[in-house]
Amino acid sequence: MRRTPTLVGAGLLAAALVAAGCGSGASDGKTRITIGLFGNFGYQQLFEEYEKAHPDIDITDRTASYSDHHKNLAAHLATNNGAADIEAVDVGYINQFKANPGQFVELGADVKDRWLDWKWEGSLSKDGKQIGYGTDVGGLAICYRRDLFEAAGLPSDRDQVSALWPTWEQFMATGKQFAAKAPAGAKFFDGGPTVLNAIVGQAPTGYYDKTDKIVVGDNADIRKGWNLVAQGVADGLSAGLLHSTPQWNTGFKQGQFATLACPAWMMAKIKDQAPETSGKWDLAAVPGGGGNWGGSYLTVPKQGKNTDKAVALAAWLTAPEQQAKVFASAGLLPSTPKLYSEESVAKKQDPFFNNAPVGKVFTDAARALKPQYQGPKAGDVQTEMGNAMQRVEQGKQSPDESWNQFVGDVKRLES
Amino acid sequence: MKTDWRERRHRWDIRYAPYAYIAPYFLLFAVFGLFPLLYTGWVSMQDRNLLDGDAATFIGVDNYVQLLTADPYFWNAMGNTLSLWLLTTVPQILFALGIAQLLNRRLRGRTFFRMGVLLPNITSVAAVTIIFAQLFGRDFGLINWVLDLFGAGRIDWQAGTGSSHTAIAAMVVWRWTGYHALIFLASMQAIPTSVYEAARLDGASAWQQFWRITVPMLRPQIIFSTVIATAGNMRLLAEPLLFNPGAAAATGGSDRQFQTAALYLYEQGFAKFDFGYASAIAWLLLIATVAITGLSYLAARRIRTD
Repeated sequence: MRRTPTLVGAGLLAAALVAAGCGSGASDGKTRITIGLFGNFGYQQLFEEYEKAHPDIDITDRTASYSDHHKNLAAHLATNNGAADIEAVDVGYINQFKANPGQFVELGADVKDRWLDWKWEGSLSKDGKQIGYGTDVGGLAICYRRDLFEAAGLPSDRDQVSALWPTWEQFMATGKQFAAKAPAGAKFFDGGPTVLNAIVGQAPTGYYDKTDKIVVGDNADIRKGWNLVAQGVADGLSAGLLHSTPQWNTGFKQGQFATLACPAWMMAKIKDQAPETSGKWDLAAVPGGGGNWGGSYLTVPKQGKNTDKAVALAAWLTAPEQQAKVFASAGLLPSTPKLYSEESVAKKQDPFFNNAPVGKVFTDAARALKPQYQGPKAGDVQTEMGNAMQRVEQGKQSPDESWNQFVGDVKRLES
Repeated sequence: MKTDWRERRHRWDIRYAPYAYIAPYFLLFAVFGLFPLLYTGWVSMQDRNLLDGDAATFIGVDNYVQLLTADPYFWNAMGNTLSLWLLTTVPQILFALGIAQLLNRRLRGRTFFRMGVLLPNITSVAAVTIIFAQLFGRDFGLINWVLDLFGAGRIDWQAGTGSSHTAIAAMVVWRWTGYHALIFLASMQAIPTSVYEAARLDGASAWQQFWRITVPMLRPQIIFSTVIATAGNMRLLAEPLLFNPGAAAATGGSDRQFQTAALYLYEQGFAKFDFGYASAIAWLLLIATVAITGLSYLAARRIRTD
């Protein structure tokens, strides 16, 4: 019987494994709802509020970077394992996910009236299944550095600044004025791809037509914007930074650029990255008026164990009252239009941005917004376009060479 | 009767027990190695979206034909992989030999230094890459600052092909040199001192002793290290991925100048959700890895032992 100890050992090990397996469930009788996010959704206080009202719920959030989050979600859906109970999806990826609505819980249409029509339709699958409740919309404005504008002899008052650039041509012309007297190391805008994204967001048609055909190569509006931004880069207006990279974050701290195309969610990013620049920023109107960039949805993957409770939480988080709170704390623009006339939203000012009337600027922008149709691989097209503009910025290719390569690259996306 | 039974059981034990002992490895290999390999092969013959496996259609070798004949970005990625393989494997082995030679001397605090060379290897690859990406930063990177001090000008490390490969190779070499150095050191200590004494009597210089005695005696370890380094570098993913943060990380630079084959696989599978195509890349990468590992084995075997 010399083998007995081994057997006992193996038995203990097996028992330990079984015990460990059981231990992963919530032991305090609460239902744990996990939520997968990217960036700052302004939800932390809301989670506490919800947990207080629902003592049986325990909310755990996990936040990853934009691209990691969406790639992880795709992998979890493909393997039918590992997704959070609620998963946020950005507008750049929603079309890829809504092409397979079977992997998400179909959400009720009874609350449809909460949202802007185009926001609701953005996450509606071709066969009419709703997979996501809208969180925020982007809207557009221009964030600018008052101190750098003053140093370059430009007006710093926000109305005067807005008056400088009714069009993107005039925006670039202001940039040249800025560059002539700018402090050393400060450029006019952060990077070509960011500005181009804002211009693309304003065009009536973006990368796709409504039949899901990629038309970006023949889109005169986008080509015009491309030429304009490429010229701005050639004139030395760009700091050559790609948004959401560590170098870009450093750029905030070092004052490397004076303006930045600002969807509402970008303001939270600036506050997170460079809290020490508080008060130096201000907010002006975007050239060309209106336009959208970004905005997200909350989805509930079917593989979750507590889908009913997850749907209830997602509906609560995206209800108008909660969106108003998120707007107050993190500045994310609500996708529920009934808030736009409410005082707490429309009159909101932001001390970080020199008490700019962020409520008015963004609700005006959201009202003026003409929704643009986003095709299935809009996020990938945007990536290729960013790469193309970066090639110009890095001096690797001429604007025309880079554009032609870009058009070829997006053709490959369709095959 | 009873003894007979015990006898038989004993013979069975001797004959079959070894198989039982090694069985767990092969079972695990079958589940986590062989099955995924074959399944990937099956998927590579389908037109299949990552999110929608039910709608997959069998298309035979179309993915392979497309990759080999009509996909310049695949060949670009293979070229980058080869370039990075050369830029990492050769310096890794040479530096490791040098460091092992130094560590083999009588030093104060020998164990401290010997353990120290392994430190880079046990640090998280993500942390290493993020720090190196900062060192190689365009505007505020330490390396550009030093270059600037000497009037050499600043380099946009990520923008160029050669510069980005150099930066990535630096990360890999920094991380793995110590690991190989320790392997070499262990076998250096097994070389009998009498061989060196005889060489010294014959008037061989330290340099000659190193190239004529130490290196040939280390041949099996050099072969091992080359094979390990090659296999590792063929699937280089984390370094180029994290060297290019942001939404476009998977393309490996604005012009795919440092997109490795593994990164291209990642882009096709997890950014474009083209699961079948990504699986075909995985198989081609496997074939290339086996071929190149074989070549480097043959090359390393040419070290003379006499």
